[in-house]
Amino acid sequence: MTPLTAGEIMVAEAARQIRDGEKVFVGMRLPLIAFVVAKRTHAPNAIGLFELGMVRDEPAPELLYTMGDPPNVRGATWSARTVDIMGLLARGEVDAGFIGGAEMDRHGDLNTTAIGPDRAHPAVQLPGSGGAADIASLAKRLIVIMPHDKRRLRERVDFVTTPGHGSTPGWRARVGLRGGGPDVLITTLGVFRFPEGRAVLASYHPGASVERVRAETGWELEVVPDVHETETPSEAVLTIVRGYDRDGFWTRRAE
Amino acid sequence: MTPKVMSMAEAVRRCVPDGASVALGLALEPAIPFALVHELVRARRRDLRLIGPISDMAFDILISAGCVAEIDAAWVGNVSAGLAHGYRRAMEKGIPRRIVVRDHSNLSIGLSLLAGALGSPYIPTRSLLGTDLARANGTFREAPSPFDGTPTLLLPAIEPDVAVLAVQRSDEDGNAQLWGPWGISQEAALASKAVIVVADELVDRSVIRADPNRTVAPAFKVAAVVVQRGACHPSPLQDRYGRDHSFFHAYHDATRSAEGYAAWAKEWILDLPDHEAYLAKLGPRWEALVAQERAR
Repeated sequence: MTPLTAGEIMVAEAARQIRDGEKVFVGMRLPLIAFVVAKRTHAPNAIGLFELGMVRDEPAPELLYTMGDPPNVRGATWSARTVDIMGLLARGEVDAGFIGGAEMDRHGDLNTTAIGPDRAHPAVQLPGSGGAADIASLAKRLIVIMPHDKRRLRERVDFVTTPGHGSTPGWRARVGLRGGGPDVLITTLGVFRFPEGRAVLASYHPGASVERVRAETGWELEVVPDVHETETPSEAVLTIVRGYDRDGFWTRRAE
Repeated sequence: MTPKVMSMAEAVRRCVPDGASVALGLALEPAIPFALVHELVRARRRDLRLIGPISDMAFDILISAGCVAEIDAAWVGNVSAGLAHGYRRAMEKGIPRRIVVRDHSNLSIGLSLLAGALGSPYIPTRSLLGTDLARANGTFREAPSPFDGTPTLLLPAIEPDVAVLAVQRSDEDGNAQLWGPWGISQEAALASKAVIVVADELVDRSVIRADPNRTVAPAFKVAAVVVQRGACHPSPLQDRYGRDHSFFHAYHDATRSAEGYAAWAKEWILDLPDHEAYLAKLGPRWEALVAQERAR
C-alpha cells in the first residue's frame, strides 16, 4: 500500500468543502484535483469557474498543469472573458473559492506579494495576487490551502495582498467587502476554521498532532474543544486522486 | 490601405519603440506571444512598461534581459514551476536594473483596461477594499459610491501604446480570431492605441466573415499582422498545439542565477535568428506538441 501523502489528505479535505450544486472558483494546483474528487463522489452537480473566463460542469479528463491547458478548455460550457467570470463573483453569485498563499496571519489575511517591510525593496519578491485577492474579496466562502510552516503562519504578515477577517471584529463589513472571507484553512498538518474571524485548529492530519501543529504555528494556537484527527481519505477517493495525478506531480511533491 | 502583414522583426521595429507600454499575455496561461517576447530581447528594447494579468514566464524573460522599467500586473511567475527568478533578482537586488511595479489583481487589471476600452476615465469595483495591494498600487482611490454611499475602489483607465494578440487565425487586414478563453484580450486590444496580431495562420477574408463572433477587435485597431506558426510555445494555442510543461520547468531550473539566465537566453533567443530557427531547434519535441493537439 502506497503511503498517504499530505497532498492527498489536503485534496480529500478540499473536496469535502465543495457542496453539491455549488458554483466554485477552482483555481490552481490541488483544488483542480479536489474538484475532480468532489464531482465524482458527493457533488456531481458542482460547477467549476476559471478566472481566465471559463465554466465547466465536468472536470477535464486528464491532469492539468494550468487552468488554461487545452484539455480544460475542450468540453467547457462557456468560454468568455475574465471580467465576465469575475463579474459573477462580484455579483455574489459564486459560493466558494480556493486560493493558496505564501504567508497568512491568524485572521486569514494573506501575503503573496513580497516579504519584508518595504514593498519597493522586498527581501523576497513573490509572484503577486493573480485572481486570489478578488476571490478572497468577493466569494461567499473562501478556502485557503497552504504548506504548514512557522515562517508562513505568522502573527502578522508583511503585506495584505488578499483580505482575511482583519484584526478587529466587523472589519470586512466596515471596509465594504461583501464576500464572506476565509472559512477554512487546509495545511499540510491540519484544518483550521474561523469561528470568530480567527483561525482555530479543528483537526490534525493522520501522523500529525496538536503539539506538532502548535510547534509549527507562528501565533498562539487556539484549538476547538472537540479537536480530532482529520478523516483519512477513503479508498474510493484515493483511487480517484491517484488515477488522475498518476505521476504525483501535484499530490506527491515535496513542499 | 497600407499592407499590414510583416515579419516579427519589422512589427517590433515599427510598433514597439523604447519606452513603449505593451500589453501582452492577455489570455492568461494560453496564447502567450513568446515569439514576440524573444524578438523584443533580440532588438534590445529598453524601458518598456509591461501590462498584463499573469504573464507565465514571459515577463520574467523581458525583465531578466533588461528590457523593462515598469510593470502593471497581477502576477509575475511561472505557473506550474513556481517563483520567477528574474523578477526576484530585479526587485530584491536591482539586477539587471530596478523596476517600478504597480500591483494589480486579475480583476483590477481587466477593469482598468475595460475603462480604457470604454473611453471612461475610471471604473469602480468592490474588490480589493482594505488591502495593502490597493494602497501600494499608488494609482487607485477609495471613494463612497455617489449613489448609495457604499465603499468602492476607483481604478483609473489604462491605455497601452500597443497590445499583442496571439491568435489561431487572422486575415491580412488584421481581423484576428482567438478561441478558447479570452482572459483580458479584448479589453486590452480595444483600450490600446495599436494592436499587433501574431497569427498561427493567415486565412482568406471569407473565413472571418463566415464566423465574425470569434474576432477579438475590429481590424482598424490593428497596425501589424505577423504570421508565425508556433509563436506561443511553450504556452498552448487551443486546437493547434499543447503546453510544453517541461520547457517551463527547465527555464525555472536554468535561471536561478543571472549567469544561468544569460546562458538560457543565448541558447534559446540570441543565438537564433528568428522563430523558425527556434522551432527547428525544438525539433521532434515541437512536432509532438502539434500532433498531440491534432489528435484530440
